[in-house]
Amino acid sequence: MKPTTAEREALGDALAALSAALVAVLGLYITFATREPAMALHGALLAVAAIIGGGAVFSFMNPTEDRPERADYVDGPIKVATIAAIIWGIAGFLVGDIIAWQLAFPALNFDLPWFSFGRLRPLHTSAVIFAFGGNVLLATSLFVVQRTCHARLAGRWSPWFVVWGYQLFIAIAGTGYLLGITQGKEYAEPEWYADLLLTVVWVTYLLVFLGTLARRKEPHIYVANWFFLAFIVTVALLHLVNNASIPVSITSTKSYIVYAGVQDAMTQWWYGHNAVGFFLTAGFLGIMYYFIPKRVERPVYSYRLSIVHFWTLIFLYIWAGPHHLHYTALPDWAQTLGMTFSIILWMPSWGGMINGLMTLAGAWDKLRTDPVVRLLVVSVAFYGMSTFEGPLMSIKAVNSLSHYTDWTIGHVHSGALGWVAMVSFGAIYCLVPWLWNRKGLYSLKLVEWHFWISTIGILLYITAMWVSGITQGLMWRSYDKLGFLQYSFIETVEAMKPYYVIRAIGGLLLVIGGLVMAYNIWRTIRGDEAVDLADQPRVAAAPGLRLQPAE
Amino acid sequence: MSKRPELDAVTGVETTGHEWDGIKELNKPLPRWWLNTFYVCILWAVGYWMVYPAWPTLNGYTPGLLGYSQRETLAREAKAATQAQGGLRDLLARTPLADVRNNPELLRFATAGGTSSFQTNCAPCHGRGAQGAVGYPNLNDDDWLWGGSVEDIHKTIEVGIRTEQTNTRLSQMPRFGVDKLLSPEEIAVSAEFVLALSGQAHDAAAAAKGGQIYSEQCAACHGETGKGNSELGSPNLTDRIWLYGGSKPEITESIQTGRGGMMPAWARRLDPVTMKAIAVYVHNLGGGK
Repeated sequence: MKPTTAEREALGDALAALSAALVAVLGLYITFATREPAMALHGALLAVAAIIGGGAVFSFMNPTEDRPERADYVDGPIKVATIAAIIWGIAGFLVGDIIAWQLAFPALNFDLPWFSFGRLRPLHTSAVIFAFGGNVLLATSLFVVQRTCHARLAGRWSPWFVVWGYQLFIAIAGTGYLLGITQGKEYAEPEWYADLLLTVVWVTYLLVFLGTLARRKEPHIYVANWFFLAFIVTVALLHLVNNASIPVSITSTKSYIVYAGVQDAMTQWWYGHNAVGFFLTAGFLGIMYYFIPKRVERPVYSYRLSIVHFWTLIFLYIWAGPHHLHYTALPDWAQTLGMTFSIILWMPSWGGMINGLMTLAGAWDKLRTDPVVRLLVVSVAFYGMSTFEGPLMSIKAVNSLSHYTDWTIGHVHSGALGWVAMVSFGAIYCLVPWLWNRKGLYSLKLVEWHFWISTIGILLYITAMWVSGITQGLMWRSYDKLGFLQYSFIETVEAMKPYYVIRAIGGLLLVIGGLVMAYNIWRTIRGDEAVDLADQPRVAAAPGLRLQPAE
Repeated sequence: MSKRPELDAVTGVETTGHEWDGIKELNKPLPRWWLNTFYVCILWAVGYWMVYPAWPTLNGYTPGLLGYSQRETLAREAKAATQAQGGLRDLLARTPLADVRNNPELLRFATAGGTSSFQTNCAPCHGRGAQGAVGYPNLNDDDWLWGGSVEDIHKTIEVGIRTEQTNTRLSQMPRFGVDKLLSPEEIAVSAEFVLALSGQAHDAAAAAKGGQIYSEQCAACHGETGKGNSELGSPNLTDRIWLYGGSKPEITESIQTGRGGMMPAWARRLDPVTMKAIAVYVHNLGGGK
């Protein structure tokens, strides 16, 4: 006999409550059994989160409230992720700017261990990539998959667990960095227990996404969802392989990675490069494929291109990692493969850029009138630029100059700020009125300001890093007539100082832009009347509030 | 919903007939230039694989037609760089330190190499101009804790000061205050005596008492006249050059704690020729003996 909906729901509630109770017990055990104060803190965090989560299951369980046959979409977890993205985003930009000033003026480390560059740097990278970017991806992917599949999210408590579990992971990872807990792998700094938590959250995310795809009422799966799915699956794989480690004990923060030497380095950069390829590229291409055609109300430029560039991108990215290890102990053949696949990757990347930009065919005027479109389109232009710069820097001859210099930092930020952050801002400006059922944003004028402040900030940042990086690279490799190094290391550091200041100013503009966005979004969510509704396009409004176009 | 393909009014191109949440797709072919550039990149990669080491095999890798090897390239370039130095590196290795200054070309070579290595390895403590700082000796003057001949300087670089090496430069002034070898009053009068030694303003009565203590406790190393002894690494107290400062509070602190800084043994990190070059450079700064 098939269980009834009510029976299934009751089972779901019971399992959710039971899991919360078990996790709470585990958290309390760790808190009291460990000898490390930091681990006790994290055990307590886990326990408190599980108790709150369990309490939420009890207070909100309502057998009739949440049925799959309901026509509307599950937007609660998406709202949480959207707000979290904005908060973490500003925090991440701020920490980034603090460390930018620390590089220019080392006294700003204040001799405080938890405020030192070494601990704040992973806090910055993780906050912007995983906390800001990750929440944007959670929000947009869960939003897009429902709309383009015409189906409610799968799972009763799972979407909530994904979003709140992810915030808990961020809190544990972030406080860990400040307390000096790290496994020392770039972009994979969290220790084993945070990694395990993320694994559970991520697998749930995958199941929710797959379950929603399975429920779809459309015959085909939209291209944005291919990219989101590739992102979720590959990140799971990368995370599991690169973080394979053996903890000292269940109550210790410390663990040892199972790889050693050059194998460890290769695994790390296989992970590191594909974190860029699948987290920061594939996922955000999914965003692009929904929000650009939606906002400009034009069809996607080429279906065929979307297929070809999707599969080539997926196939090729996974090979490119070794270009991070040119001229190291990595064997020559692996360096060759990393470099050549990076070059082949150029066009598949540009396929996404072409499809994004050319979708504006017939709607280019919107660039002038709608700053949200401008954010989205400029992000694609930056995507094109950094995916040209990337293959260029992977060429060994270029890499011998650029490697270990600020050029790399500039490159990363042209992608991270120009592409990832700008496309995220655009998506958030679209999402918020749609999610909170508003007629538009509080102020399009403020979006205009945000666009210009951020664009100028990004340009200051990346041009300063180009000059600084190339200067640095040239200084490191210059020899005098007798064959001795022309410059000592500290002289090259001194030469960087003006560019470090310019970079920090650029970063400050990003922080200010983020605050402008937060204010605008806050006023929009609060339901304040828009100041310039007449200037906003029809699609700025939530679907139910849109005026029908004159036929 | 899947519908029949329709024409997009703006571009006149057919759509694929699919629609998701209002989004349609045009049935455009791949841009020619895009596809061609993609093919060119692939062809270039295949060509690169043929000439360079590229694909792993069961028991090695495809070596490529050029026979390229990063290790060999590095060895070749390092050799070429050494050869470009015209044998001066070998000559410096062979020449006794004291004789380097007799060969102007070799001296120039050693000074250039010494400057370069000093700036990278020594400047963080001793300063870019070797001017030193509190706790880090100035290398421009003629006051040397462990001797100022080029051989003495070379040995100091090699073995370091107070390192774990068995042959390191080692001296340890007692911690007269910390270990309660002298009372605070005794330390205070000793400091007055040291002020007197270096010709500074002092309390004559206290200094006289301090002189007594000095003879018993300090003279063994610093000498009866306070001129120090570079065999023992004990500083000259009669000049105005102070490693940790020459004011009364600073001298008191030195007697109290014994001080004792540390310099790495560079023989563990630098090759013999580089250490020689640094010794020549430092010796030539102005104070070498």
